[in-house]
Amino acid sequence: MISVNPTTSNAEKLDLENLSPEQTALSIKNLDLFYGQDQALYDISMHVPKNRVTAFIGPSGCGKSTLLRCINRMNDLVEICKVKGDIELHGKNIYDKDVDVAALRRRIGMVFQRPNPFPKSIYENVVYGLRLQGVKDRRVLDEAVETSLRGAALWDEVKDRLNASAFSLSGGQQQRLVIARSIAIEPEILLLDEPTSALDPISTLTIEELITDLKKQFTVVIVTHNMQQAARVSDQTAFLYMGKLIEYADTDTLFTTPSEKQTEDYITGRYG
Amino acid sequence: MKKWFRTGKPWIWLTAGSVSISLVAVIGLVIMIGWRGLSFFWPSAIHEMDVKQADGGTKHIIGEIYDSEIVPTTRLPQSMVELAEIESETITRYLMKIGNREYVPLDFTWVLESLVTEDTTPADLAVIERSKDGNFYGRITAITEQGNVIARQGDADFRELLFERVERAVELNEQAMGLQESEIASVNYAMGELELERRRLQLEDELTDQAVAYLQEQREKLQQDYQVYEEQLFDLREQAQRDTLLVKDFRGEEVTVPMYRVLDVNFPNDMGFFAKVGHFFQQIGKFVSEDPREANTEGGVFPAIFGTVFMVLLMSVIVTPFGVVAAVYLHEYAGKNSITKLIRIAVINLAGVPSIVYGVFGLGFFVYMVGGSLDQVFYPEALPNPTFGTPGVLWSAVTLAILTLPVVIVSTEEGLSRIPSTLREGSLALGATKWETIWRIIIPMASPAIMTGLILAVARAAGEVAPLMLVGVVKSAPMLPVDGNFPYFHLDRKFMHLGFHIYDVGFQSPNVEAARPLVYATSFLLITVIVGLNLTAISVRNHLREKYRSLEH
Repeated sequence: MISVNPTTSNAEKLDLENLSPEQTALSIKNLDLFYGQDQALYDISMHVPKNRVTAFIGPSGCGKSTLLRCINRMNDLVEICKVKGDIELHGKNIYDKDVDVAALRRRIGMVFQRPNPFPKSIYENVVYGLRLQGVKDRRVLDEAVETSLRGAALWDEVKDRLNASAFSLSGGQQQRLVIARSIAIEPEILLLDEPTSALDPISTLTIEELITDLKKQFTVVIVTHNMQQAARVSDQTAFLYMGKLIEYADTDTLFTTPSEKQTEDYITGRYG
Repeated sequence: MKKWFRTGKPWIWLTAGSVSISLVAVIGLVIMIGWRGLSFFWPSAIHEMDVKQADGGTKHIIGEIYDSEIVPTTRLPQSMVELAEIESETITRYLMKIGNREYVPLDFTWVLESLVTEDTTPADLAVIERSKDGNFYGRITAITEQGNVIARQGDADFRELLFERVERAVELNEQAMGLQESEIASVNYAMGELELERRRLQLEDELTDQAVAYLQEQREKLQQDYQVYEEQLFDLREQAQRDTLLVKDFRGEEVTVPMYRVLDVNFPNDMGFFAKVGHFFQQIGKFVSEDPREANTEGGVFPAIFGTVFMVLLMSVIVTPFGVVAAVYLHEYAGKNSITKLIRIAVINLAGVPSIVYGVFGLGFFVYMVGGSLDQVFYPEALPNPTFGTPGVLWSAVTLAILTLPVVIVSTEEGLSRIPSTLREGSLALGATKWETIWRIIIPMASPAIMTGLILAVARAAGEVAPLMLVGVVKSAPMLPVDGNFPYFHLDRKFMHLGFHIYDVGFQSPNVEAARPLVYATSFLLITVIVGLNLTAISVRNHLREKYRSLEH
């Protein structure tokens, strides 16, 4: 059986069916998603609680990344992709026509599977989002760089070479730089799409510790194919299979007493 | 044998062979052009020859051996063969440059080797480079000042005095030239502007008495300036005319060579190796820095170099933004459908249109339509003289920009498609709009590819001559497109171009023999200019590549 992170298991258990608006970061309601003729997500409904880490797990191709990319409308980039249903942020459907997608993405940041720093210096990578917003004051930028890099547990390693190219960092450092870049614009929600799958075990550990820290400030949604990781870092876990949300519960509950047979089969390694 | 084929070795040999052939061809071409072009600047010995003549006498000639060739005797007249007592089937003959154009009908002559009875290279033979009538070959016997001989051949410091006097004359000429090209030219320019101003006021019905008086006053001021400069000019010229050289030419007659026409005096037979090397580089320096003389057959090619580089740079400035913007639209915004594909194919095919067609298009559309309309709207005062409605450097640059546009578009698009999509997503996820992502991430990362496109465009444009003949190149341009008169860049002016210069000197020149080495030298220079431009662009590209090296994992 998978051991559950004691810090998370001790956290207050929420009633995920009936979250109060203050506790809710995001509500997904009856979400269907199609790639052309093929349906990839079927009627997903769930509430993502605030300042907590929510993990999406499931076998490859189950739709967990697709669901994550719906949350900040990254799927808009795929021309044949069509979404039905609502995702509500503060009661407002982000798929409404009058939503400014760029503004939405400033509130919902995202970190990808492979580190993707820009071909700029470490400093310029971190302030990229702020510069987009038109921040020019050097002092504000300097401060944001330090705060974000500290927040991403990278400050001590790079504080002496902020003007070095981001490519001079190792893979794990690059991924933390990307996280720093995302938190520099202070989003409400941070989406992590398998953030450690391209990293070595030690970097993975650093990032996992970081995720636990991040939830103090942000709501974190993480997609992972690694069940141990989900168990270690998340407060609640959603299990997806074949585009359907099979079970969504506290991490503790889901991994120790799953209510669905499919969940049990998956977490005990019977398929996947 | 079959086994050998199956190992793949023949293919390696075939491919390597093709590469070697290309290499040999390129290197051979460059060496041939470089050798023939550069050897023109090497000071060659001056021969003094006695040549047997048909009437039994001998002819005395002085000159440099320009070329030699082996001809079959059957091509020579029978009388000459008998005279030269030739028994072999072929014979060498020399092409002699004998100069002294005012005393001989042709300053080049062929000499059969076996007719030469005596051939020496005396150290006292001089080459006198002149601004008119080409070189003079002979023995300098004396220097005169205002008609009085001040030094004779054989005097102790004759040569020092000679060089000193030559230098003085050259300096005075340069001053006069400088005066003419800058001060007097700008007075003329200002006069022209005043006249245009008057005409403009007249057209706008604002030519009041006050304005007329003002213009008159300005004109008088300029005229006074002109008087002063003219006096200075005449004074300089008069000073330069003080000295003359007495030279004994090939006929043994003493003739005078006025000093103000002398550009340089050399004694090539008296030079050591290092002096020759020095002279070689000095000649090259003159070639690239001086204006052409004598219908382009003498002097340098500076205006052509300047025109070529300026036009190419102007073209780059025009083609890069256009090409990049078009490529960005095609790749980022246009829907991925058959119309886009059709447009892309059309763009690629534009590269295959013969360049003269672009020339015709440029003449018809840019020069006459666009330029003509500009003149109507902005320069009515100069009409009926066209300002932009006539071929000029701007229209040449624009025409070549259209010609090279497909290259830039295609390579930019390739660069855009090589950028990993994760970077786009990273930028979008930070709240950037598509435009911001393109401007801040995509275009900088595609800049090496854009540079590649530009390199190809420059290589193509710098070598293109045919369309330019229709839209702006001339044999001899009186003024560079950039000078000290406001607004400094005169894009309406015609310009000289190295490629056209080669054609003009080589095939339109009255003096073919004199021109041939110049053709090689100019070709070599053109290649050097193109290689130089490309190397600059390549080094910029490598720098950018290093900077935007893509993610490596």
